[in-house]
Amino acid sequence: MDPVLLVASIMVSATPILLAALGEMVVEKAGVLNLGVEGMMITGAVMGFAVAVGSGSPLLGFAGAALAGAVLSLSFGLLTQYLLSNQVATGLGLTLVGLGLSALIGSSFEGLRAPSLPKLDLPLLGDLPVLGPMLFRHDIMVYVSLALVGAVWAFLKFTRAGLILRAVGENHDSAHALGYRVVHVRLAAIAFGGACAGLGGAYVSLVRVPQWTEGMTAGAGWIALAIVVFASWRAFGVLLGAYLFGGVSVLQLNLQAAGTTVPVELLSMSPYLITIIVLVIISARGVHGAPGSLGRPFHAAA
Amino acid sequence: MIRLERRLEPSRLWTVLTPLLAVALTMLAGGLMFALLGKPPLEAIRTIFWDPLFHPQFASYSRPQLLVKAGPLILIAIGLSVGFRAGIWNIGAEGQYIMGAVCGAAVGLAFYPSDSALLFPLMVVAGGLGGWAWAMIPALLKTRFGTNEILVSLMLVYVAQNILASASSSWLRSPEGMGFPGSRNFKQWPAVHNAELLPETGMHWGVVAALIAVIAAYVLLARHIQGFNIRLTGEAPRAARFAGVSPARIIVLCLGISGTLAGLAGLFEVTGPAGQVTIDFNSGYGFTAIIVAFLGRLHPVGILLAGLLMALTYIGGELAQLMLGLPGASIQLFQGMLLFFLLATDVFTNYRIRLSRREVA
Amino acid sequence: MGDTLLSIRGLTKAYPGVVANDDVSFDIGQGEIHALLGENGAGKSTLVKMIFGLVKPDRGEMLLEGAGYAPGQPSEARRSGVAMVFQHFSLFDALSVAENVALGMENPPAPRDLARQIREVSETYGLPLDPGRTVGTLSAGERQRVEIIRCLLQDPRLLIMDEPTSVLTPQEVEILFQTLRKLKAEGTSILYISHKLEEIRALCDAATILRLGRRVGTCIPREVTARQMAEMMVGASFATPEPRGGVKGEVLLAVAGLSLPAPGAFGTPLRDIRMEVRRGEVLGIGGVAGNGQDELLMALSGERLAPAGTIRFKGTDVSRSGPVERRAAGLLSGPEERLGHAAAPNMSLTENAVLTAARRQGLVRHGLIDWGRAAGFAEEVIARFDVRTPGPGTAARALSGGNLQKFVVGREILQNPDLFVVNQPTWGVDAAAAAAIRQALLDLAAQGAAIIVISQDLDELMEISDRFAALNEGRLSAARAVADLDMEKIGLMMGGAHDMEVAHVEG
Repeated sequence: MDPVLLVASIMVSATPILLAALGEMVVEKAGVLNLGVEGMMITGAVMGFAVAVGSGSPLLGFAGAALAGAVLSLSFGLLTQYLLSNQVATGLGLTLVGLGLSALIGSSFEGLRAPSLPKLDLPLLGDLPVLGPMLFRHDIMVYVSLALVGAVWAFLKFTRAGLILRAVGENHDSAHALGYRVVHVRLAAIAFGGACAGLGGAYVSLVRVPQWTEGMTAGAGWIALAIVVFASWRAFGVLLGAYLFGGVSVLQLNLQAAGTTVPVELLSMSPYLITIIVLVIISARGVHGAPGSLGRPFHAAA
Repeated sequence: MIRLERRLEPSRLWTVLTPLLAVALTMLAGGLMFALLGKPPLEAIRTIFWDPLFHPQFASYSRPQLLVKAGPLILIAIGLSVGFRAGIWNIGAEGQYIMGAVCGAAVGLAFYPSDSALLFPLMVVAGGLGGWAWAMIPALLKTRFGTNEILVSLMLVYVAQNILASASSSWLRSPEGMGFPGSRNFKQWPAVHNAELLPETGMHWGVVAALIAVIAAYVLLARHIQGFNIRLTGEAPRAARFAGVSPARIIVLCLGISGTLAGLAGLFEVTGPAGQVTIDFNSGYGFTAIIVAFLGRLHPVGILLAGLLMALTYIGGELAQLMLGLPGASIQLFQGMLLFFLLATDVFTNYRIRLSRREVA
Repeated sequence: MGDTLLSIRGLTKAYPGVVANDDVSFDIGQGEIHALLGENGAGKSTLVKMIFGLVKPDRGEMLLEGAGYAPGQPSEARRSGVAMVFQHFSLFDALSVAENVALGMENPPAPRDLARQIREVSETYGLPLDPGRTVGTLSAGERQRVEIIRCLLQDPRLLIMDEPTSVLTPQEVEILFQTLRKLKAEGTSILYISHKLEEIRALCDAATILRLGRRVGTCIPREVTARQMAEMMVGASFATPEPRGGVKGEVLLAVAGLSLPAPGAFGTPLRDIRMEVRRGEVLGIGGVAGNGQDELLMALSGERLAPAGTIRFKGTDVSRSGPVERRAAGLLSGPEERLGHAAAPNMSLTENAVLTAARRQGLVRHGLIDWGRAAGFAEEVIARFDVRTPGPGTAARALSGGNLQKFVVGREILQNPDLFVVNQPTWGVDAAAAAAIRQALLDLAAQGAAIIVISQDLDELMEISDRFAALNEGRLSAARAVADLDMEKIGLMMGGAHDMEVAHVEG
């Protein structure tokens, strides 16, 4: 197999999960566990597709997907932050709502083709032998997702807002005592996570497949959640996890296409099995870096 | 300005009222959604909630369907609720349900065409064990390594779906099926067919099992010390450890119960209403049961009622699809909204809402 | 002194069912150390939260240097020169010292400058601290330094300190007082909240005393006795526990070579613990919070199993037995954290009675709980220990701290333990209830039970213990008879001065 093509397709395959996992990492850093990533991704996938088909512009599609993901995530935010509902149950509910909503909206878009996102042929870099076609001839969202990794890392490490976000996630009672608006910070993080998940979903329906079918994210949102744990809540860990996972997916698809003797079902379940194995290894080693207030409801007792 | 004030104790009244309020809100929002889809909202609501039971033409067909659909939902939800009470989030019941069906069916088909009266009970045992074993994977990984059971049990759903695909297309495929995927049809094999026990009721062995599970869960949670330990673990894990409850045992117990019940539900479904192992026999009961468990307030009697209600939305949804051309997905959304509204209105159970004017000090 | 910095006039704040502050007025002078005194629940913390902008008063006003002062949130208070050192809840374990300091400042300088400033201030005031350390790894005293330095970096005019000495050894308290006197000399006013009367007499220029939300008196602490202040604080005299004098029996519990790793990232490991307790004896274990108290209780209760052969109870090795077996043998315990550890918050008192008394009181038969008997036992605890609650069906969370403490202590005592291990039996409990609990412990010992009381309240330990030992970083000092001890020796034991043991052996 052509290694150039392989690396290039891994990058495409990893991008949706990278975007979703990065957003979820920020949400969890703020102390909120949103299990609705899958629901937000699939909603982003259908909204992105619908807007792109309607407007003819894939970039508008991505914008619509981000917006849809953020709006949907804010319903989760409203419930968990203001109405103090259980985060696990609400996240599951968000996934179920998202799956239903997307199927409803998407029924009229089945079988259509979306306008394709042009590949950037970066001047000079794109002309490099081997490396050019491998790394520098992707669509813009691949580079956006990579830039976002750096941006999230820098935001959390160097900015005051990032410090406040980490503080809120680490100990919301202390943050409240110092006068920080715990709920506002968390809502902002939740909306960012929703927008990222929406972008990730749209990348599946607009670039990776590219068309709309019901339930097409096929657990990518759950894998994104697993990758956040794998990454120990670090931005570059998320990058590594997403690309590793992308690699596994591409490999198994290539093996299926090559027609090996391994049963197809075993190959298609392999990404999920590998995710479980990775989770086990991580937890056996001891989960480090989980924010102190993760998943705990916050109610400012007067 | 609206303020929430924590109640000293959860309100009993609101515990009962919130599901009703949630149903009302869902009807309201659902009606709005149907109106947006260009369907008459009141008629749609009536078609979903009323017609399956009382329509002169369809009710005779759809009434028995109520128990057929409610049976597996209740059976699975009872198991899930026991775990949720302990703070153990098995959300992979769909996988355990599939594995119960596949294991039970495989054991039965191994003895084809035996007509022994022992075969069906044997298949029931195999189905329960299949679901149990599948749930033991997240249970053991959690107790041994502390791996998150939410993610593992969910990943295992996708694995189970692939196993199901492989079973129906190769190793359980009917040799008389002319190459089409799908196992032998249990409906044509009287010794193992989970048929209707009373005509025109929809009552089959799975429904009986669900009723037994409701009673058993009630006794377990209300009276038995293990049920107390389960509740204690969910309410206050440190206090449970102080009391001497082993967290590992509770994890194994709860996941074991929910896996077994989901596996049984799968076996009863595949030998009864579904009739054969096919790639899509499962129809998502394992996920819908999560909604049923919450809607029933994790209480056995509540789950019984919630299961019936959710079954109604399934049947009513099919009817609305048929008569009003409502998209099938709208029912899924409808069910999701129900859970959302329930979680939202739950705030009344634990908090008092106070309106206060902001005073200038 | 003389000029007023902050004037509090008629502050009132009501919560449903309670008036936390009722028309409270007093003045804090420039460069004055002003004590705010009162029992738990007297309304001290609500008052402070209003001054710091965390809570809005219903009525009343505050004047800061004559101008109206009504902070809407803590950042406004900080901008006005009011800073606060919290008793709990204001540090972030996983963040560094510098990050923690930055979070408490309005406009923190660049990280490098901040680190330099932290070093400077910590040297000036004799509070050494490394800005790069993770806060979770610091001792209680060091954590307090982080908070103090965070405040000092903002040149506050008024520094509020909430129970600052509860986490310090006597020696550390002395260092803190030097720092505070130095600040005072520089013109900073300090509002010092405490219920430790001797400290207040040693440090403060003026004191305001609160009881049940009202100001009941003002005094100059140096000019009155501790007894007079105590009477103002409590409002009535209460029985002090009766002196003991029972005969000590055989050794019930013998611990030797007990070491356990820390339970979590920020827990304390137990290191080679050894001790003995006899029938009829009260062993008091002191030490600054976070030195292994919780861990020791969990090892003794059976929540965490110990290496075989390290814990012998009534001559039998119980190291590998869980809580249920140890309870059956007569070893009962009461953890520090009432809600969530000793009791399940959302469960009723009846259910919480089942939590530890299921087997000893015969509340379970053939696996089924006899709810009638369980309610009966809960009612007995409520009646015997004067727990104020509508009935056994009430959720544990609905009880006040003191009443719940009486319930959880009573629940164990009524089961007639042979050995009762209790951590912080009177923490956050009003004086009358605390006296009742201490008396119950002494009565239990008089009946021939052995008692281990782990507490951070040295006065309490001196009052009820026969022998005293101290925990320091998970090590337990040798126990010494209370009669032979004075504050200096206790301080050395708490600070982990092990040479004392050597001296003891040689002497």
